Amino acid sequence: MTPNPYLWLVPLLPLAGAAINAFFGRRLPKGTITAIALLFCGAAFAMALFLAAGFSSASAPYYCDLAHWIRSGNFQVDFSFYLDQLSLVMLLVVTGVGFLIHIYSVGYMADDDGYYRFMAYLNLFMFFMLTLVLAKNYLVMFIGWEGVGLASYLLIGFWFTKDSAAAAGKKAFIVNRIGDFGFLIALFLMIQHFGSLDFAHVFAAARTMSPETGGAGLLTAIGLLLMVGASGKSAQIPLYVWLPDAMEGPTPVSALIHAATMVTAGVYMVARSSAIFDRAPLALTVVAIIGTLTALFAATIGIAQTDIKKVLAYSTVSQLGYMFMACGVGAFSAGIFHLMTHAFFKGLLFLAAGSVIHGVGGEQDMRKMGGLRTYMPWTFTTMGIATLAIAGIPPLAGFWSKDEILWKAYGASPVYWLIGVVTAFITSFYMFRLMYMTFGGEYRGAAAPSAPGHHPPADNAHSHGHAHGDPHESPGVMLGPLVILALLSIVGGFVGYGNRFEHFLAPVFQGARDVAQEASGESASHSLEYLLMGVSISVAALGWLLAYWLYSRRPQLPARIATSLGGLYRAVANKYYIDELYAVLFVRPLIEGSTTILWHDVDQQVIDGAVNGSAHAAREVSDEVRHMQSGNLRSYAGWVAAGGAVVIAYMVWMGVTH
Amino acid sequence: MVPLSCYLVLSGILFVCGVLGFLINRNIITIFMSIELMLNGVNLSFVAFAAQWHALSGQVFVFFVMVVAAAEAAVGLAIIIAVYRTRETLNVDRVNLLKL
Repeated sequence: MTPNPYLWLVPLLPLAGAAINAFFGRRLPKGTITAIALLFCGAAFAMALFLAAGFSSASAPYYCDLAHWIRSGNFQVDFSFYLDQLSLVMLLVVTGVGFLIHIYSVGYMADDDGYYRFMAYLNLFMFFMLTLVLAKNYLVMFIGWEGVGLASYLLIGFWFTKDSAAAAGKKAFIVNRIGDFGFLIALFLMIQHFGSLDFAHVFAAARTMSPETGGAGLLTAIGLLLMVGASGKSAQIPLYVWLPDAMEGPTPVSALIHAATMVTAGVYMVARSSAIFDRAPLALTVVAIIGTLTALFAATIGIAQTDIKKVLAYSTVSQLGYMFMACGVGAFSAGIFHLMTHAFFKGLLFLAAGSVIHGVGGEQDMRKMGGLRTYMPWTFTTMGIATLAIAGIPPLAGFWSKDEILWKAYGASPVYWLIGVVTAFITSFYMFRLMYMTFGGEYRGAAAPSAPGHHPPADNAHSHGHAHGDPHESPGVMLGPLVILALLSIVGGFVGYGNRFEHFLAPVFQGARDVAQEASGESASHSLEYLLMGVSISVAALGWLLAYWLYSRRPQLPARIATSLGGLYRAVANKYYIDELYAVLFVRPLIEGSTTILWHDVDQQVIDGAVNGSAHAAREVSDEVRHMQSGNLRSYAGWVAAGGAVVIAYMVWMGVTH
Repeated sequence: MVPLSCYLVLSGILFVCGVLGFLINRNIITIFMSIELMLNGVNLSFVAFAAQWHALSGQVFVFFVMVVAAAEAAVGLAIIIAVYRTRETLNVDRVNLLKL
């Protein structure tokens, strides 16, 4: 443990930027707003690079105690930050990708009235996200955890005059709250049984306990509750429903929060808690199963979506499922590796999608795109690279991390591997489908200004100045981040070459590593590894070929297949009616129960009834007894005499005692 | 020696006369006199007990009651004069402006 006095600066810098823009942004010129937002975010990135440059595994982890927070008997929580190999990876991803998306936003949001608000929210998000990844104990992590939820809510509902955006923001917030509930209970259990929330303390205590192989115990309970929290934040079954709706937010937000950073917080949290999960095999199995099912489930929904951002949203859910699958089989470093490469290529995919939406005047329906390859070559090239990366075509980043996960999953159980490979095939298919529908063929959009009504006036980021005749390429300030992310998507995978990434993270996952190696069987032959690699490459290629055949060679075929599949296709296109199912099972009973029982019965009848009833009763009683105040002197005297007589009679009757 | 019970019976009779006079009469002056009668009925029982138990405090208390009664008479008569001047009557049933 080495103290590092600069650690707290990293999260606090974006907070300063957020504060300045939030309080004074309304009166500042746009250039100043941009400068402040980029300066503080860039400073955080520079700090992260500085910390990375001075990082050495020998003296890690670093820590920084900023201030006392809670002191209660033996229990204490401090505002303190912590930097080890895992937080360093997250720190670089968050600040790096975050900074690029800040730059991109300058171009994308240029004509929005709420520009200063947007920049302030983005900086605020950076503050909370950095607090989350740099926390030294679970409570500080929880601040960041809740804070990114808040920032996510604010940014999803950024165009709050649009009903659907406001509703999506609320949905995201409420669904996340369900997950946070589990997280909180896990924290309470830790306080009760370990008397601390400090990572080092909790993990040391957990490591002394024996693995709960036989049955479910304390650590299993904590692990499962943490997973509830993670599945809320990281959009896993059954709490994934908020993420596709979150696409109502501006596209840079989708890239930053709902693809690259915030939604991976759950993966980070599970990986961070590896010491706990290591001793709770049952919880780990649940993590793996949830991840695997989510990966497959979300990928199948992605096939039939027509909104370009919705495809990417389901793809994100699916890729997050991969990360949980990796964590679940004990390959935490593979999960974090995929988290990093995913941040590059999925951030890029969203930014490129934003560039497409920007270029065609706010249209998001892929059926009205097509042929954009000639109009926006830069966007096409970068998005193509990202698609190759996510599909797992070597040697791009996604190939390395996905292959690592599949290899580890095969070691745990071939079932995970099989579902993972099927998912990889579907991923490849829907991503190339997206590419062919968007960039291939002829332009199918109306060559007229964007139709009002599809996008309400609040979404005026796209109706800037000049009329939208033909689709056009985005400005350089948006293309720059695309190019940088494309380069990262190409080379990002090589950090994992020769297991270097895994060895780098090894000190964090000391306990868990043994399990993973045991599971994957280090002795397994290299030929098997190459065979599996070959399978995953060939399914990716197959997916590509299928998409090419269906959406480039025979564009009329998909519609025919859709009609012949009938109900199945409708179920997939309607996202398996999960939202409707939740509405019937949870939302409507809750609203009905709240309205009839809690509102009309409990609140209006019981609570209001008690308050109004007591007032009413007082009035009734006083209405009766006021007649005693007749103003007749002799009647008063009579009451006094009668009262005196009663007292005397009582004393005579009972006898006077001393 | 006259037994204590006789004093107490007389004291009770005087007090009850005062109460009944208070309740029955309408003239403020008569009511006022009834109050004096009640006070003096109580005074009688005080001095009777004081003589019986040879305790001085009962007699001292009677003087206090007399002082207060004198003060009360002064204030009470002043109120009666004020009421008569404004309302031209001494009937208590018609002095009822404060009732609800």
